[in-house]
Amino acid sequence: MSWIYEPWPWYIAGPVIALIMVLLLLMEKNFGMSSNLRTMCAACGAGKKVAFFNFDWKAQRWNLLVVAGSIIGGFIASNYMTDNLVGTMNPETIEDLRILGFEGVENQYLPAELFALDVFSNPKGLFLLAVGGLLVGFGARYAGGCTSGHAISGLSELQLPSLIAVIGFFVGGLIMIYFLFPLIF
Amino acid sequence: MIKSQAASWFHIYEMFKFKSFHMYGMIFSAIALGLIMVKLIKHFNIKSFYGAKIIFRTKDESFSRYMYGGIIFGLGWALTGTCPGPMFTLLGAGYFSILIVLIFSILGTFLYGIFRDKLPH
Repeated sequence: MSWIYEPWPWYIAGPVIALIMVLLLLMEKNFGMSSNLRTMCAACGAGKKVAFFNFDWKAQRWNLLVVAGSIIGGFIASNYMTDNLVGTMNPETIEDLRILGFEGVENQYLPAELFALDVFSNPKGLFLLAVGGLLVGFGARYAGGCTSGHAISGLSELQLPSLIAVIGFFVGGLIMIYFLFPLIF
Repeated sequence: MIKSQAASWFHIYEMFKFKSFHMYGMIFSAIALGLIMVKLIKHFNIKSFYGAKIIFRTKDESFSRYMYGGIIFGLGWALTGTCPGPMFTLLGAGYFSILIVLIFSILGTFLYGIFRDKLPH
């Protein structure tokens, strides 16, 4: 059972994600995390100012439970189920990242340059995290879903719109990684 | 998500550089299993836990919103190394700086709501 404490291989993790999607389907729900961002806006009263958020957000409370579960899951996984959090990486990637300025890749789960707590006093880091967040939130709602809603649920249901969205995700990701990272970092 | 490295910025970077199969393995195996199970549900008319028929709503057919929204999302996904799901799991794991990303994601969603009518769909 010690494999539980190591990083999980894709052939375990992938199916687990699919099982979650199916479980939600059996409960007459859909697996889609980005809707929660919209619900959070509505819960804060955005519905009074903007029509898009004027919906029955309370009917989405079950999805907020999925969020709560994710947070708890993250807590349990990292504190109680892990000896070694960091997975192995291709040496070429480590070298690519070093050229961009990221050190210590093998020992970190998230790049300290962006996510260590001292980022709160680092304007460039804060700016990047903020812009990144804005892009994710805006893009996900515009596309009507994120990786869980489109890539996992949408493609499992053979929905063409989801395929277009996923292609979009990759185009965006590749532009960022290949063209913008060298400029940013 | 934490255990599979899906929440690790480095692995998202690696995925976009096509230097590792791991992320693709995860996504494809999830879709493969999902496809099979959805087909099974439809074929055998499997009912929900509440005894009702499971309905699959077809998403509105269009192009621009999915492509443009997708690209914008993808830019953010690669920059932050997260999508909404992992943001919450990272919070639980104690990476509190993710709160910045999370708060701005909610703001981004809000901005979409404001500009929605002016965008091509």
